[in-house]
Amino acid sequence: MKITWVRRISQVFFLLLFLWFCLVTTVGEEWWRLRGWPVNWFLQLNPLTALGVVLGTGSLPAGLEWSLLVIALTVILGRFFCGWVCPFGTLHQAIGWLGLRRAAPAEQCLRRAFRPAQRIKYYLLAFLLAAAAGGLLAPAVGRLAGQSARLESIREFAAGSLQTGWLDPISFMHRAVNLVILPLADRGIHVLWTGARLAQGAALIGGLFLAALLVNLWIPRFYCRYVCPLGALYGVLGRFALWRVGKRQRDCSNCLKCEAACEGACQPAGRIRTHECVLCMNCLHACPDDLVGYRLARSASGERAAPDLTRRGVIASLLAGFAVAPLGRLAGGRDPRRIRPPGAGPEREFLTRCLRCGQCMRICPTNILHPALTEAGLEGFGTPVAKFSLGIGGCQLRCAACSQICPTGAIRPLTLNEKIGRGAFRERGPVRMGTAFVDRGRCLPWAMNRPCIVCEENCPVSPKAISIQEIFEPLPGRRREIARGDELTLFFEGETDAAARVSDDLYCRIAGDFDAEPRRIIECGPAQWSIDPNHPWESPPPKGSVAELLVLLQRPVVDPERCIGCGVCESVCPLATVRAIRVTADGESREARSGFLL
Amino acid sequence: MSRPPLDPERREFLARGLKAAAALAATGLAGHALGWRTGRADREEVHDWPVPDFSQPAADPRLAIVTGPDRTTNLRKAMEALGGWARFVKPGDGVLLKVNAAFASPATLGATTHPDLVAEAVAQCLRAGASRVVVTDHPIHDQASCFEWSGIGAAARRAGAELWVPREDDFAPVTLPGGRLLRHWPFLKGPFKGIRRLIGLTPVKDHYRSGASLTLKNWYGLLGGRRSVFHQDIHTLIAELAQLVRPTLVILDGTTTMIRNGPTGGSLADLKATDTLVVGTDPVAVDAFGVTLLGREASDLPHLARAAAAGAGTASYELLNPVRIQAGAS
Repeated sequence: MKITWVRRISQVFFLLLFLWFCLVTTVGEEWWRLRGWPVNWFLQLNPLTALGVVLGTGSLPAGLEWSLLVIALTVILGRFFCGWVCPFGTLHQAIGWLGLRRAAPAEQCLRRAFRPAQRIKYYLLAFLLAAAAGGLLAPAVGRLAGQSARLESIREFAAGSLQTGWLDPISFMHRAVNLVILPLADRGIHVLWTGARLAQGAALIGGLFLAALLVNLWIPRFYCRYVCPLGALYGVLGRFALWRVGKRQRDCSNCLKCEAACEGACQPAGRIRTHECVLCMNCLHACPDDLVGYRLARSASGERAAPDLTRRGVIASLLAGFAVAPLGRLAGGRDPRRIRPPGAGPEREFLTRCLRCGQCMRICPTNILHPALTEAGLEGFGTPVAKFSLGIGGCQLRCAACSQICPTGAIRPLTLNEKIGRGAFRERGPVRMGTAFVDRGRCLPWAMNRPCIVCEENCPVSPKAISIQEIFEPLPGRRREIARGDELTLFFEGETDAAARVSDDLYCRIAGDFDAEPRRIIECGPAQWSIDPNHPWESPPPKGSVAELLVLLQRPVVDPERCIGCGVCESVCPLATVRAIRVTADGESREARSGFLL
Repeated sequence: MSRPPLDPERREFLARGLKAAAALAATGLAGHALGWRTGRADREEVHDWPVPDFSQPAADPRLAIVTGPDRTTNLRKAMEALGGWARFVKPGDGVLLKVNAAFASPATLGATTHPDLVAEAVAQCLRAGASRVVVTDHPIHDQASCFEWSGIGAAARRAGAELWVPREDDFAPVTLPGGRLLRHWPFLKGPFKGIRRLIGLTPVKDHYRSGASLTLKNWYGLLGGRRSVFHQDIHTLIAELAQLVRPTLVILDGTTTMIRNGPTGGSLADLKATDTLVVGTDPVAVDAFGVTLLGREASDLPHLARAAAAGAGTASYELLNPVRIQAGAS
């Protein structure tokens, strides 16, 4: 069997494995649900993620040790991951092949040719790593200058910002499959979810994904060649690879058949650019004279081991990277909608770890986690925020799935005891995502004197964080002169429009000194009102006195000491467009500064 | 001398003219056809699903009230008192159990139907000859979480029932004839396929807005759509549900009662042992008794009187001569 066939089998295998892991990332009991499948494995294989998190936090999250294996293999073999494993690369290669399968050899050669712009990805890599590393600079300076209070503020200001997830192909693909492809595919069949699965910003995520794939029709492996920072990192790591692709002798017929088949545009016919070689091995079989091989020796026609970067280009990228986090933070301010999943660390720390891979949004059983558009500022674009009005039923009290799945610890794994504040965590109390606020201008019982309190009913905290104020409100224009009355019934002259639509919360009160206590109306007709026979008036109400129609309202009031910001109330509020009870990030337990209570 | 060939330019012009005419004709035809379609009434006829009546001809005894600490024993005794399961489930029947699985909450907190009761009811129905037993609810939280946390899913599967987790396409509009609120409202139709008996199984719970969550309130879980709007007039809605859904049997579990912080509960302190289980063919009567376990009266639930007035049952449960049994410990 040709080595290219082995490569194709490997690519298909890893692509299917990747899709399988995406598919099984659903809470459930069946064997094809989340039952210990290593669904984060591809994210954990990723040295770019590992390096980014280590640079930002100084520690390697559990599971990312897998990336060490990939680093070791890359150092020995070269960019095997790009050509043999990467599921995104496999898609690029397949689409690139579709686009060029009928092209003439000269056309193939032209489309697959090396272009100097391929160095952009190395600058991107430098930029992203510098952005992540900001946090390390401050302690380093601190060690030199001695700790000081001023240092703390610098550290806060300059802390790293992990932005690799935007371009890292594994996060890119997880995001697209999790938030766009699976929800689309499930629309008609309802295998993964029982109803429509939503994702804020899906058009953007899906559009970028589609663009990244379709551009292969013009230039094969466009993303891998020009954009992919992970590929760039592999190019750097593979610089001293023991095995490498190369020619056995310097001179050849220069037919360029190898370059017409080349996936990485690494120019195997001439001085091969090993850092661009994705080990597709196409050149091995393309060469009519069998001059190309994968060997210990360097290519006989010479090598270019390092990408031709300019010093000033690298310095500019690094400086831009270091500047990006402090610049973003000059804006200051906190968005009330920046509600993080339970277990998310303080914002600074969170942003040194979050990949925007969308695993938390994928696993959330109630579909409340969505990629931030403007909620978390420019820096937090795409990071998870809770949108209670989009999901079904708020953040479930007894669920911490997002915290358990997060591959980098941006959301720290929580036990239910810690989330709810039970057992050993009783003292510390529950994890709060924010606080619910009643909008008295929209809430039906507050603004329109109509009963409702769905929010109170669904509040999952015991005792409930939403309490009820009962109050009698007079209904406008419903004062009527009594024509005749007995202990249980009032009669009026003439008819008015029938009773209010809402009929079980109606009471009446006789104005004046007769008996001021409201009585529940059990029948509210156009010309007579009958009251609850268990509470009659002591004597018939006097003729000519005025009876007032009241409605007994239950008005919700939030107790901020008890509210955990789970958003169940917001999700069930019957006002569909703008809910009348809404959670904001105030009082979230992860940031002491968000508190507002004395 | 041969004739000169047709002027190629003229020939090309003719062909072009024909194509243009065809394009014009096609555009005109398409416009005409589409215009005709929008011109017609584009309102689709709403074909509401008539919810079948599962109630049985009234025959005594209709109500059994069993006291004892063990809910499965209580259920067994109650069914014996009512003449056995065979009276309600005939061999070959498909039986639908509508449980209360509204919240992702463990069974011990009493916010959902107890799994032991579900398992016992399923087993008894199957023993009575039911061809299949389906367990369903349309909960508020994530459905899978609700069935798993409450233990109802596992209990149902273990006892041999099908668990029906509602999907978007399981809902069909229903209308209560003469009703005010239930008009073309989405209703959980899917699990009713092939069903001949409907049994409601629900715990006794405090509920601020409706006074109590009992067997009639349990039908709320058959509604889809943005059902929370009904809280504005919840008693009318429950009374309408009582007319729309006519079960074979309802089982009200007051072994423990959620006396406060309902209907979600969340703490053992919200529960009280009341050691009672009520089974009956008249849900209004069952609820009228059940509400007393909360220390409230039937008159506190206006929907009971309204449902009774509409012919859905009687709130004066004593008139049904309920069979009262002391079951004791199992």
